[in-house]
Amino acid sequence: MPSLSDMNTDEVTKLADIAAAEQTHDAHVTNVETRPAFFEWLCRMGDTTLILGQRLSEWCGHGPALEEDIALTNTALDLIGHTQLWLGLAGEVENEGRSADQLAFLRDAFKFRNVLLVEVPNGDMGVTTMRQFLFDAFHYELLQRLTESSSPRVAEIAAKALKEVSYHVERSTDLVVRLGDGTPESHDRMQQALDILWSYTGDMFVSDGVDATMADAGIAPSPDTLREAWLARVEDVLDEATLKVPDNAFVHTGGKTGKHTEHLGYILSDMQFLQRAYPGASW
Amino acid sequence: MYAQNVDTGSKGVRGADELSPEEAAFQARIDDNIKIEPKDWMPAAYRKTLIRQIGQHAHSEIVGQLPEGNWVTRAPTLERKAILLAKVQDEAGHGLYLYCAAETLGISRDELMNKLHSGEMKYSSIFNYPTLTWADMGAVGWLVDGAAIMNQVPLQRTSFGPYARAMVRICKEESFHQRQGYSIMMSMVSGTPAQKEMAQDALNRFWYPALMMFGPSDKDSVHSDQSMAWKIKMNTNDELRQRFVNETVPQAHYLGLTIPDDDLVWNEETGNYDFSQPDWDEFKAVLKGNGPCNRERLGARIKAWEGGEWFRDGLAAYAEKAAKRRAAA
Ligand SMILES: [Fe+2]
Ligand SMILES: [Fe+2]
Ligand SMILES: [Fe+2]
Repeated sequence: MPSLSDMNTDEVTKLADIAAAEQTHDAHVTNVETRPAFFEWLCRMGDTTLILGQRLSEWCGHGPALEEDIALTNTALDLIGHTQLWLGLAGEVENEGRSADQLAFLRDAFKFRNVLLVEVPNGDMGVTTMRQFLFDAFHYELLQRLTESSSPRVAEIAAKALKEVSYHVERSTDLVVRLGDGTPESHDRMQQALDILWSYTGDMFVSDGVDATMADAGIAPSPDTLREAWLARVEDVLDEATLKVPDNAFVHTGGKTGKHTEHLGYILSDMQFLQRAYPGASW
Repeated sequence: MYAQNVDTGSKGVRGADELSPEEAAFQARIDDNIKIEPKDWMPAAYRKTLIRQIGQHAHSEIVGQLPEGNWVTRAPTLERKAILLAKVQDEAGHGLYLYCAAETLGISRDELMNKLHSGEMKYSSIFNYPTLTWADMGAVGWLVDGAAIMNQVPLQRTSFGPYARAMVRICKEESFHQRQGYSIMMSMVSGTPAQKEMAQDALNRFWYPALMMFGPSDKDSVHSDQSMAWKIKMNTNDELRQRFVNETVPQAHYLGLTIPDDDLVWNEETGNYDFSQPDWDEFKAVLKGNGPCNRERLGARIKAWEGGEWFRDGLAAYAEKAAKRRAAA
C-alpha cells in the first residue's frame, strides 16, 4: 500500500493472544467457588478506574494551563490502562467470553460497580482536583495492599498500577495543598469542593460479602481496613492545605452494588454511543 | 497551513545592494544554512514574522486539540480511547514546544494567548470545521496531520534554530498521528456498510478544507517571497498542496474511497494529479471568523483560560508564600 504501513488489527489480536497464553498461572482465576465474588470485585476495580478516566478525559483540551491539561490526560490514560487490565481479568474470571471492551461498553448503569465518588461531575478544577486527591489516597492504600495479593495476577496488575498511582497521589496532594493555601478564592473553591465531595468518600470503604470472600481468599483486603490509613493521610494534607473536614458525617453508598447517582447514565450514554448504535461493528 | 498567510511586513524581497551591512551578513548566514539563534542579531521584521508564524502554529496545535477532543469520551473501544487521548495530549505538547520557541524571541506565552483570545492572532482554518462522526477521527489524523507533516517536514530545516528543533520533535509524533488516523480509516472501510459510508462522508467533508491548509494559491500569496528568502518558509503553497494530493490520492484508492473531485485525473505529462481548487471564498470566510465552528473553538479556549485564572493565581500565590517562608526560616 502507498507510503503508509498499516497497523493491522489482526496482528494486534494475535499479540494479545500470545500475551494471554504467557500469563502467570493463577488458581484463583479458575476457582469456581470464588468466581462470582472475584468477578464482582474485579468489576468494582475496573469500573472505578474507567469512570474516573472517563471523567478526567472530559478535560482534555480544556485545562486551565497546558501543563495541567497534559497532566490530567496522563492520569486519564493511566486509569484507562488499569481498566483494560482489571476488566480484562474480570472477563477471564467470568469465563463467558466477554472482553474488557464488552464489559465497558455493553453493560447498563445498574451493572456498573464503580464507587460513587468517581462519577461526581468535574465541576471546576477545585472539584476535579479534590476528587482526585480523595480517590488517589484511597487507591494508593488499596494497591499497596494488593501487591501482596494471593492472586499473582492481581498482584501483578497492582504493582504496575501502583507505580503510576504513587505519582498521582503525589501530584494531587501537592495541588490540594497549593490551592488550599493559595489565594482566598482558591481556598474557598477547594473548601467548597471538599464540602461537595466528602459525603461520597464513605462509599469507598463499604465492605460487604464480596469483600469478605476476597479477604478470606487472600485476594484483596476488606476496604474498611483501609480507612484509618486513608483518613490519617487526608487529614494531614487538608490540615496543611488550611482546609476543614466537613462536620457532616452522612455517607452516600451504593455504587459497588449498582445503585448510582443520576450522573452515571449520562456518562454511559456518551461513552457507549458507538457500540450501542452500531452493534457488533469493529473499530 | 498551520501558519497560513503570515504577514512579513514587506511587499517584496529587497536586492543585495539595498541591505545594510548587518542585514547582508544576516542573509549570508541564512544562505549558507547557518542557523539563527535567539541571541544573534536579526532584522526586526524577521523577528516579528517568526513570532507571528510560530505563534499561529502554536495556537493551531492547542485549538487543534478541540475537534478531536470532541470524540475522546465517545471513542468506541478502550484502546481507541487511549490512542486518541494520547494524540490530543501530544498536540498540547506541540503547543508547549512552540510557545517556548516563541518565547526565545521575546514574547511570553500569556501575551500570545491574549492575542489569540482577542482575535489579533489566528490559528489554522482547518480547526473551524466540525467533527461529526467517529470516522472524522480517522480523516483528521490521515488528512490533517498528513497535511501538517507535508508542511512541517521541510520546516525542520528552517533558519531559526529553536523553531527547527521544535519541528524535529513534532514531526516524529505527527507521523504517528497520521498512521493512527489511517488505521481508523482502514477499520472503517473494512467494517460494515454503515462504517464505510461514514468513512466516505468524512473524506467528503475534510478533503477541501485539508487542501485549504496550505494557504492561498501562490499568485495570491503576497508574503511568500520574503519568508522564503529568510527560510522560514521552504516551499510555495501550491508546491506543497500538489505534493499532498499526489501522496493522498493513492492512499484513498487503497481504502476504496472516492476523492470528492470529478476533475481529479492523473496527468502523464506533468507527473502530477490535476485537481480542483477548494472554494477560496469559503476559506476567506473561515479566516474572517465565519467558519462552522469559529465561535465554539475560540469560545472554548477563552473559557478554559478565564475559568483557569483562579487556579493559576492560586498556584502562583502559594509559590510566593512558600518562597517568603523559606526566606524567613
Ligand atoms: Fe497538528
Ligand atoms: Fe501537532
Ligand atoms: Fe498531530
